[in-house]
Amino acid sequence: MALTEAPRILTSRIEQEDSHSLERYLATGGYAGLRKALSMTPEEVAAEVDAVSLLGRGGAGFPAGRKWSMLRQAPTTYLVVNGDESEPATFKDHLLLERDPHQLVEGCVICAYAIGAARVFLYVRGEFALGLERVQQAVNEAYSHGALGRDIFGSGFSLDLVVHPGAGAYICGEETALLESLEGKRGFPRIKPPYFPASIGLYGEPTVVNNVETLSNLPWVLVNGSEAFSKLGEGRSTGTRLFALSGHVKRPGVYEVEMVKTTFRDLVYAPLLGGGIPGGRDLKAFIPGGASAPWFGPDQIDLPLGQDEVAAQGSMLGSGSVIVMDSSTCVVRAAWRITRFFWRESCGQCTPCREGSGWLEKILRRIEDGRGREGDVDLLMDVCDNLAPGVSWPPQQTTICVLGPSIPSSIASGIRMFRDEFLVHVKDGRCPFG
Amino acid sequence: MASPRVFDPTVVSHHAISSSRVGEVKFTLDGREVTAEAGEFLIAAAERAGVFIPRFCYHPRMKPVGMCRMCLVEVSGPRGATLQPACYIPVGEGMEVVTTSEKVRKAQDGVLEFLLVNHPLDCPVCDKGGECPLQDQTFAYGPGESRFVEEKRHWSKPIALSELVLLDRERCIQCGRCVRFALEIAGEAQIDFLGRGDQVEVNIFEDHSFTSYFSGNTIQICPVGALTSTPYRFGARPWDLEQVESTCTLCAFGCRAAVQSSANRVTRLIGIDSDPVNQSWLCDKGRFGYEAVNSEDRLTEPLVRRRGEGDREDLEPASWSEAISIVADRLSKILEEHGPPSIGVVGGARLSNEDAYAWAKLAKSIIGTDSVDAQLADGLRAEAVLGLPRATIDEACAARCVVVLSGDLREELPVLFLRLRGAVVEKGLRLIEVTPRPTALTPYATASILCRPGESARMVRALANGAVRPDSSVVSEDVWASALGALAGEGSAGGAQPTGDSGSAGGAGDAGGIVVVLGRPSLAEAGDLVVEAATSMAEAWPNALFLPALRRGNVMGALDMGLAPGILPGRVSLDDGRGWFTESWGSVPDGRGEGSSGILSSLAAGTMKALVLLGADPLGDFPDFKLAEEALENADFVVAVESFLSPSSECADVVLPAATVHERQGTTTNIEGRITRLGQKMVPPGQCRPDWMIAAELASALGGDLGFSTVAEIWDEIEKVAPSHAGITRAALDRPAARDGIVAPLVAFPVSIGRKDAPLRFDPMATPGIVAVEVQGAPLRAGQGGWEDGANGANGANGNGAQGRALPATSARPRTIAWPQAFEPVHVPSADSYSLRLVAPRKLYDDGVTIGACDSLVALSSSALLQVNRHDLDRIGVSSGEKVRLRSSRTSLEIEVLADDSIPRATAVVGFNLDAGDVPGAASLIDVTQPVVDVRMETL
Repeated sequence: MALTEAPRILTSRIEQEDSHSLERYLATGGYAGLRKALSMTPEEVAAEVDAVSLLGRGGAGFPAGRKWSMLRQAPTTYLVVNGDESEPATFKDHLLLERDPHQLVEGCVICAYAIGAARVFLYVRGEFALGLERVQQAVNEAYSHGALGRDIFGSGFSLDLVVHPGAGAYICGEETALLESLEGKRGFPRIKPPYFPASIGLYGEPTVVNNVETLSNLPWVLVNGSEAFSKLGEGRSTGTRLFALSGHVKRPGVYEVEMVKTTFRDLVYAPLLGGGIPGGRDLKAFIPGGASAPWFGPDQIDLPLGQDEVAAQGSMLGSGSVIVMDSSTCVVRAAWRITRFFWRESCGQCTPCREGSGWLEKILRRIEDGRGREGDVDLLMDVCDNLAPGVSWPPQQTTICVLGPSIPSSIASGIRMFRDEFLVHVKDGRCPFG
Repeated sequence: MASPRVFDPTVVSHHAISSSRVGEVKFTLDGREVTAEAGEFLIAAAERAGVFIPRFCYHPRMKPVGMCRMCLVEVSGPRGATLQPACYIPVGEGMEVVTTSEKVRKAQDGVLEFLLVNHPLDCPVCDKGGECPLQDQTFAYGPGESRFVEEKRHWSKPIALSELVLLDRERCIQCGRCVRFALEIAGEAQIDFLGRGDQVEVNIFEDHSFTSYFSGNTIQICPVGALTSTPYRFGARPWDLEQVESTCTLCAFGCRAAVQSSANRVTRLIGIDSDPVNQSWLCDKGRFGYEAVNSEDRLTEPLVRRRGEGDREDLEPASWSEAISIVADRLSKILEEHGPPSIGVVGGARLSNEDAYAWAKLAKSIIGTDSVDAQLADGLRAEAVLGLPRATIDEACAARCVVVLSGDLREELPVLFLRLRGAVVEKGLRLIEVTPRPTALTPYATASILCRPGESARMVRALANGAVRPDSSVVSEDVWASALGALAGEGSAGGAQPTGDSGSAGGAGDAGGIVVVLGRPSLAEAGDLVVEAATSMAEAWPNALFLPALRRGNVMGALDMGLAPGILPGRVSLDDGRGWFTESWGSVPDGRGEGSSGILSSLAAGTMKALVLLGADPLGDFPDFKLAEEALENADFVVAVESFLSPSSECADVVLPAATVHERQGTTTNIEGRITRLGQKMVPPGQCRPDWMIAAELASALGGDLGFSTVAEIWDEIEKVAPSHAGITRAALDRPAARDGIVAPLVAFPVSIGRKDAPLRFDPMATPGIVAVEVQGAPLRAGQGGWEDGANGANGANGNGAQGRALPATSARPRTIAWPQAFEPVHVPSADSYSLRLVAPRKLYDDGVTIGACDSLVALSSSALLQVNRHDLDRIGVSSGEKVRLRSSRTSLEIEVLADDSIPRATAVVGFNLDAGDVPGAASLIDVTQPVVDVRMETL
């Protein structure tokens, strides 16, 4: 439930026990958006989506309509759906896959119709066993309902959708690594240029890669129109968005809120949302957009949940995961846990990321374990600088993809905001938080 | 664990960046305006402009991947100056590039520090130490010391990827050069990355070994000491090595290589990037075959057969003078009693051009026999090889369509396979193969036309005339249609038709034409069947070019020099050259002599008396074992000029020890007719002598005089008397521009050396290992001795300034051989329905003398196996893996059978020169007097 009057675009049926079934979906207006889309020309559908500022919900926030318009003209075009949600504390696509798979399938068909794709690949994180089962079931139901397959709803438009489980690598959420993985290769991100799969994507063909949440918006946009969507939010950040709230809050979970009109404070403290920090402890820091985003402090808690608003403060809304750290948190440990994740998930292709991630992890661990050395804080910053020169945001890259340059975010934030806490670890030879 | 990736050549690599190059662009490099080709990668453009950007993963012969990040430079773009990898950023007009800024320096420092985080720094015990790009670039660009204090990553080390290649994963810097080579160049993804992050390792797949014939290249391009070879490992330090540039002669492809030695032992071969030939790659047989040169089993002194204890006659050491005089006496006596035609000379493909010329002159002029043959019934009629219009390797790779009618090129001429495969994958070359069984090229062929032995000529004739598919064919309509389409130029520019259709000649002859690769698909099928097919093609496509796929080391040079019946040096027929060579040499044989089969048959029948073996082993390496055995038993006198005591030379009356490759000067000639310089790196062991010297001594003992006393003089004489070699003087061969050799006949002067953007030779990272040696060891020499005595004029056919005797004064320079000529088609008998038709293809690793003398390669040859279609096995109720009896008109033998459904029915494949039990496999079955060999497969 949102604080604002905004309707629930994505989560209108998730409280229903059978929200994933075709029956429930049809009973709640399902596939109306697709029927409407099919009554329009593909160009009109694309124009309708382009008319709203539907920023990609996967992390980079690239407007979906613009992405579609960049497609190279070719006989074969693919739509690939990125459901490889694997970052720590990011779990909003997980919900959509399990609780409303038909909404996603409908969104896929609308998008494929608009871009002229004859085949959709839905790449779902392999660990989402229930999600995969539900999505596959929805796809099967959609085929028998006539919403997929040959001559959809008698429109003459045909489409096949393939569900592909990932094999457990975070890097396959990077869109070009995902394409490699789909092609049956090792999930190494591709070198850029070419910069966009829209020109050379899956099997060398122009490809749109969209996030699960992004596409799940489409049925509502088609039914209610672009104007209704654009009225929600503000500036470029229109519509509602799912936020995965975790960490030190009383009510962790996924919340759909109107963008910009809602603030981080609302998300963390509103009784119907996060409900505040347990035990009444103070907020120490929070991560506004997933493990790779630079941290914010209590000063920034009143920032609105808008893409540009967060970017202006030197971080990102990213994948919509908000992690709250209260005063009991050891920032060294927090930075180490995040860095350890990236170390384990680095694909190993580029030297700075492959070797830098492990080295940073080792330095952080020794500081946290009380084996820190004098100069370790400076060393951390310099190694970060070799991964992402300048350690600024958005980061400068020394690597093929952004995984490596994202590693310094938590370390640099921790040191910038809590340098003394790092130094105390080194000086005392132990973690002050025990 | 996953199984190896299957490479699908039809899938375009998405890492490929358009390489369309139109025009030139200007950009600023470190403040200097520089010109580059549009689309050229920054790293290459900078290198041509004299700025070396450090790198590890980049290799000029492979696609860039941008993994190591060592080549980061500052590039100004719309968003200001950013660090960009120079290896895959194409140069853009007006681009500003800085390679020396503080930001670049810090990035380089950072990458090297990262690379050393998990590198063991065990340089003192590492083979690469002293020639290591990681070492060198750390000194040049890296930090002085590491700030990394934790425990490094550990792996068990080394692990064997194959019999030849060992991997030390701790040293590996994950540049992927080896992995990319295996996938991109060799097309065999037998090694790949496993794991993630800093636990990434290169490894083989479970239950699969790195068996690629090209595995050694990964060692050559490894920028650290992670990959090492079993033969070289711990064998030498780079700064102790001396080297010379030479040509590998283990097959006839002519790969250029740096031969490195230490303490008069060859220690290593490094492929040189010769753009028109091997482009830096070598096959493993070529790379490691030097072990034969170092072998303990080498002959080091002459041997003569003497009566030993009891009645046994043994080969015992003798002096050169004794051995030569025995040979001269025996040959003189036979000449006197039976005349020159009673003496046959078999072999010579192992010789250099100069050696071959000396032996041809000895045989044809002083002894007077024309029964001389460098081929052992495993090649093609010399007139056709020399007379068909010749293609270069580059022309084959750039052809509109290539027709391959040869054995499996990966087994016979491995680097030719790499070049053709590369042309198919990278340039879209259309390739049609006509073969009795699938080959390594089959996955890359537009059409693979399977036909039974004996049918290829008919099939090719139908193809050449654009006719309907022959009824009996196992080829589908689709395959046939795509073959006709490719020949007609569909899917490629040009679209010329065979003359049969339109009357207008095809575009063949220019770069867009048809090139036929012509070899021997099977040694159980008469070579004239291939010649017949080639003749059909030459007639149907008058502008088609032909690339011989004969595999013996210098067989092309030997044929050029006249080591074939009816042939005189310079690709001249005996009849056409009679006047010219009588004047030059004093005499030539009266009439055409016999080839190897005829010589051995005549020896067996007693009509010939003496046999000279020039590095030939008929008992092991002639298709018809029984005939070879009878010939050697019946011969009155056999002399073997050899490096090893082979089964045949063991039967000889006199064995003369010859110097071998890396121990002699001279030149060699590859399949396209490219003449390159052989480098001498070693002193021959013991009393071994170069073959030409043995010929000269024997000539003298026979009362003649070959008229030369150095290798240089021989070449000068060849240049003068051999019409195809006119103008290719020593001075021309010594020119830097002729570093890749000169293709005979010389059509243009000066010779060009490949394309403009060819990678710099001896680029430290293109061929790591070479520069360091060059700097620290002895300088690279093109050759030594023999060649230094006076530079020749290089201008024109007469080679003014050449020493030696004058050109013939009265005879006109004879014309060179042309083909097609009138030619009797071979009659192939029809097979009965119970017989299988035998196919005997070559394998790279066989039971030959060279492989047998290489400790590291000998284990790689297998025993002979019979492969047949499952249908044929089911007919006799035998399972794959069991033994069967195989019976031909010659003999029967027991052999293990494997079902292989890619082989057409009623075809039996048995690899040549591999033993089945203790008898030769295929050679026992083959009767060379028959055009095809039919065998029966029976239960035991």
